[in-house]
Amino acid sequence: MADVQVLRTAEAFAIPSDVKARRRPWRFGLQGSEFTWAIAFVIPYAALFLAFVAYPVLYGLWLGREPALYTELMSEPIYQRTVVNTILYLGIGVNLKMFGALLMSGFFMRRGWWVKGLLLIYVLPWAVPALPSFISIHWMLNGQWGLLNNALYNLFGVDGPGWLETSRWLALGSVIASHIWKWMPFWTVILLAGRMAIPQELYEAAEMDGATGVKRFTYVSFPLLANLYLVCTLLSTLFTLGDFNSVYFVSGGGPALSTHVLATLGIRDAFEIARPDLGVAVVMSALPLMIPLVILLMRKLHTTEVQL
Amino acid sequence: MSVPTVGGARLRRPNYRRRRNLGEAAALAFSVVVLIWTLTPIYNIVQVALEPHGDVFTNDVFPSKPSFESFWIVVTQGYWYLEYFWHQFGNSLYIGVATVVITLSVGSLASFAIGRMRIRYGWLVSNAALLTYVIPASFLAIPFYRIMGFYGLSNNLWSVIAAEVTFATPYAIFIFQQYGVSIPIELDEAARIDGASPLQVYFKIYLPLMAPAMVAVGTYALLLAWNEYLYQFLLLSSKKSMTVPVALAQFLNSDEAPWNYMMATAIVYAIPPVAIYYAFRRRMTAGLTMGGVKG
Repeated sequence: MADVQVLRTAEAFAIPSDVKARRRPWRFGLQGSEFTWAIAFVIPYAALFLAFVAYPVLYGLWLGREPALYTELMSEPIYQRTVVNTILYLGIGVNLKMFGALLMSGFFMRRGWWVKGLLLIYVLPWAVPALPSFISIHWMLNGQWGLLNNALYNLFGVDGPGWLETSRWLALGSVIASHIWKWMPFWTVILLAGRMAIPQELYEAAEMDGATGVKRFTYVSFPLLANLYLVCTLLSTLFTLGDFNSVYFVSGGGPALSTHVLATLGIRDAFEIARPDLGVAVVMSALPLMIPLVILLMRKLHTTEVQL
Repeated sequence: MSVPTVGGARLRRPNYRRRRNLGEAAALAFSVVVLIWTLTPIYNIVQVALEPHGDVFTNDVFPSKPSFESFWIVVTQGYWYLEYFWHQFGNSLYIGVATVVITLSVGSLASFAIGRMRIRYGWLVSNAALLTYVIPASFLAIPFYRIMGFYGLSNNLWSVIAAEVTFATPYAIFIFQQYGVSIPIELDEAARIDGASPLQVYFKIYLPLMAPAMVAVGTYALLLAWNEYLYQFLLLSSKKSMTVPVALAQFLNSDEAPWNYMMATAIVYAIPPVAIYYAFRRRMTAGLTMGGVKG
């Protein structure tokens, strides 16, 4: 569901709350019945959290409590491949996407009506729901009837490979490319907002001191964007870790179960081969990566609050 | 790539102009590449949807004789996979609207108590929300599915609504808290001194002033619920309770795979969120970047 969930949140997180200091409670504190009211206002969310987050988390931990499950997983070749895929998916996918987004956001700082028009079209992959696009990509990459190979044949007379059917690496590459296609626009918009917030005077001052071109980026833009970039990368890593749709609809884990990632393999084990405990174990095996990321991110969001 | 390079200051003017034109040309070429990259999968949806039935297995890049037959089939539910299409569309809408209403009320009540009334241990609630936000939703799916069985909500639209609300509310709480900072607390105090109860402050002062944030979060929740797939797939199993994305994915499993109907369905399904996205784009971005990424 990372889907639209991502929607501009990094922006929301990236708020420097200089105002926080002067935020104070209602004067004289809460009095009498006001306290009861406050409790009543929080109860719906507390109940929601307990019933639909805390309980499932605890239940999941309980389902995956047997150490035997993990030894079973470790000896499974499918699982080993899945771990490698997940690492590649995160390592390559997230970094290419974020770096691409950084460059694209720089491009969209250009002036001119056609750049603005391009931006409107460029965000389309993010605006269109994931499912239709990924199904479309799945069909587009079909070796025999897909648009990509048809175009390759018509333009260059080349017979393209079966992108999803023949090799694990082609299929995994296709999945990563689809993920980047879908999510790069979102992060571009976030980083673009970050760039726009950099005061123009800084650039002018830097220019006076002789920083132009690449120097302008390395000495002005990047230091100011670095923190935002880091937070976005961390968030994006977590979202990508939970990305189910790209893999499930583009390659479907194929060929021969060789392109699963942890998120899809967990669902497969739990529902296709009816081993929920094994599925939970697959997901839990991501915890060693997830917990440090979550801690780092929560700290970053709490303490520094991404100052520009 | 970002900025046209403006070499040394002592460049002669004609040279400078040539460079700038070159930069402009490079940017244009780059734009064409970006356009192709962005639009190809989307073009593919349209192209397949416009193929008349039976012509999907061709080697054409453009539809040979475009026809709107597939759209007509979808709209009139003229294919057995599509027999409940409008019903399923209604389910999606129902889930979307319910998610928006519940997310907005639960989220705004909680942020009012935490951010305005500053209830003690409010930070615990904020942290719980932040934690929910960073846990990938798909990782919770297996136990969530089981628990819906315990609650007696299997194959019930409300189980999906519960899931969507669970994952939309954390976001709502953040946005509301961030946005709420910009509303002077003195307004609340003045109302209190005039004898308003917290409920009145919430309804008469907090909610009206939060309207822009409500629009942004509401749009977000609606799109989330409309676009989400995994939970709807796991929690809804009968044809009548399914939503559009689940029905759409079902096509993939059929042997015949009527790709043109599937893509036409996909377009009908994608139009509302895309329209909403572009309609509220400015407002969402403006509202959220306001206090946003500036220093």
